[in-house]
Amino acid sequence: MTASRPPLIETREVTRILPLEVPVTLVKDISLTVQAGEFVSVTGPSGSGKSSLLYLLGLLDRPTKGEVLVNGQPTGPLSDVALCDLRLRKLGFVFQFHFLLAEFTVRENVMVPMHKLGVLSLRQRTERAESLLGSIGLADHLDKYPSQLSGGQRQRVAVARALANEPEVILADEPTGNLDTKNSEVVQDILRSLVDAGNTSVIMVTHDPALAAHADRNIHLVDGRIVPTP
Amino acid sequence: MRTGNLSLNIALTHLTGRLKPTITATLGVALGVAFYIAMTAMMEGFQGYFIQKIIDVSPHIEMKDEYRARPVQPLDHLYNRAEGAISLSSIKPKEEIRGIKNADRIVRTTSRMPGLKTAPTLEGQVVFRYGLKDLAATLVGIDPEREKQVTKLARDMVKGTLDDLQAYSGSVILGSELADELNADLGDRVTAISVSGTVKVLKVVGIFHTGIVDLDKTVSYALLKDAQILQNRPNVINAIRFSLDIPDNAVEIARQLENRFGYKTVSWQEANEGIISVFIVQDIVRYATSSAILLVACFGIFNIISTLINEKVRDIAILKSMGFTPADIQRVFLIQGMIIGLVGMILGWGLGYAMSRGLGAIRIDMEAIIATQYLFIVYDPIHYLTGGAACLLAAAFAAWMPARRAAALKPVDIIRGGAG
Repeated sequence: MTASRPPLIETREVTRILPLEVPVTLVKDISLTVQAGEFVSVTGPSGSGKSSLLYLLGLLDRPTKGEVLVNGQPTGPLSDVALCDLRLRKLGFVFQFHFLLAEFTVRENVMVPMHKLGVLSLRQRTERAESLLGSIGLADHLDKYPSQLSGGQRQRVAVARALANEPEVILADEPTGNLDTKNSEVVQDILRSLVDAGNTSVIMVTHDPALAAHADRNIHLVDGRIVPTP
Repeated sequence: MRTGNLSLNIALTHLTGRLKPTITATLGVALGVAFYIAMTAMMEGFQGYFIQKIIDVSPHIEMKDEYRARPVQPLDHLYNRAEGAISLSSIKPKEEIRGIKNADRIVRTTSRMPGLKTAPTLEGQVVFRYGLKDLAATLVGIDPEREKQVTKLARDMVKGTLDDLQAYSGSVILGSELADELNADLGDRVTAISVSGTVKVLKVVGIFHTGIVDLDKTVSYALLKDAQILQNRPNVINAIRFSLDIPDNAVEIARQLENRFGYKTVSWQEANEGIISVFIVQDIVRYATSSAILLVACFGIFNIISTLINEKVRDIAILKSMGFTPADIQRVFLIQGMIIGLVGMILGWGLGYAMSRGLGAIRIDMEAIIATQYLFIVYDPIHYLTGGAACLLAAAFAAWMPARRAAALKPVDIIRGGAG
C-alpha cells in the first residue's frame, strides 16, 4: 500500500438523513477509508445503517452531508449520469436477492454490464462471461435461465455479473442472506479468493459475525455510527 | 442477447413475455389507423367527387343582375349612416328593366381576360307541360358554342348533342330526372309557359345527366334567343357564366369582377357554401372519431407499459445500479411503445386498405344529393402517412409517460424493499 496512492473509497463525515415527515437519520458522521485490495466487512444489528452505508459507498445514494471520494475524487459535484458511469466502470454489486433478469440466460445476464460498457467485442464478451462462470463452477449452466438454477447458483451468477467489467470493488449487501450454510460458504470463498488474487476489493455487509471473520477488517455500526467491533 | 443492441433486446423480451396484452394494444393502434384511413378515403372520395362535379357542371363564377347592397339613398349622404340614428324603411326599389346592362361590353371585356371564358345566359323560371304533368324548372338560354367552353354540359349529354339546339329553332335540352318525370323523350314536343305568360312549344333535342340530382331535376337549356322570346325579354342577359383555367382562384376573381362591374358575382365556393361547411363538419367528425380510437389505443399502450414497469421494477433497479442511466431505462420503454406503434401502424395500413376496398365494393345506389352506385374511395399515400405519423406520435407519448416514471425510480428504494 503506497502512501502516494489515494484510497479506493473514502468517506468524510458522511451523514444520510431521509427527509420524511419525521426525518430518519440512517448514518451519521461516518469517516472511513477502504484501500485497494482490502476485504472489509460491515456488521451491526438490524437498522444500524449497514446497507445505507453500502449504498452511499456504492454511489447509489447521495449523502445529506459530507463527501464520498472514489480514487481521491469527490463524487458530490458529479452528475447522476457521471455516477452511473463510475458505477459501470469501477463498481460491482451483489445483493441479498440475486436480481437476475428472468428472460435472459445465465450467460446473457453476465454479459449485460459488458454490453452497456461496450468495450469488448461481442465475441470477447461471450468468452469472458463463459470464463467467469466457469471459474465459479457454473460452466454447465450457461444456457439455463435463472429460474432453472438453485438459490446458491443464482447468487454465484450474480457475483459473476458483478465481476463482468473488472470492477475495482465489489459491494455486497448480505450476499449470503438467503443461502444455506454450504452455499454461503461457497459464495464467501469466491469473494475471498477474488481479493486474494488481487483482482478486486470487497466491501461486504453482513449480520453474521462468523462471515465477517473472513474479512481483513471489520467496521461495526450501531445506530448509524461506527463503534469498535465487540 | 442475440444482437448487440441491449435496450432493444430487453424491450423485445419484455413484450414477448406479455404477448397477449401486447397484441391487444397493437390491434387497438391498428384499428385507430385503419379507421382513420378508411374514413378519410371515403369522405375525401365523396367530397372530392362532389366538388369535382360542382366544378364541372356549373360555372366557376356566375355574375347575376343583382346587387349585394341596397342602393345608397340621398338621406344616407346627408347623415352618415354609421353615426346617425336614422333608419329608413319601406324603400321602394326602382322599377328597372331587369338584366345586366351593357352585358355585351362585359362579355367582350372579360372574354379578353387571360384564363377566363365567358358565356352570357338568360335564366328564368318556366313550367313544362307534357301530357298530364306540370313541372317547374329553370330554363337557361345559352349560346351553345360559348357554353361548351364554360361548363361540361356537352360531356354530360346522354341523348342528343348540344349542337342540336342550333339545328332546330324552338328546341330544348332537359335534365334526365326532369325528362323522366315529364315522361318526355327525344323528339317529343313539350309546352313551356314562362312567368310572363308566354307559351311556346319546344322540341326535346337532348337529355343530360350530371349526377347531381338537383340539377338533373330542375334545369333545362334552350337557345338564348328562344329563352328571350319565351321570357318576353328580348336582348336581355341576366347571368354571365365564367369558367377559369384554375378553379381555385374563383373567390378572388369573382371579387375582382364584382368590384369592376358592380353586379353580384358568385364563385362556386360561395354558391356551395352550405355543402362545403357540411364537409368541414364531416372532417371534424372524422378526426374526432379517429382520435378517439387512437386515444383508446394509447391507453392500451400506457397500460401495458405501466404494467411492465411495475413487474420489472427489480430489473430496472439492478440495471440502474449496474450503471444504466435514466435515459437508458427510459429508452427501453419508449422502444416498447414505438414497437407497438410501428407494428400497429403497419397492420393499420393493411387493415385500412382492406376496409377502403370493402367500402368501395358496397353497392348503395344512392340518389340523394348526387346519384351514384358505389361510394367514392380515394387511395392517397398522404392518408397513410398522416395516419401513421399520428399513430407513432401517440404511441411515443403513451409510452413516454410511464417511461419517465421508470427512469426516475431510485434503485435504493427497490433494493431495500426487494432484499427483504
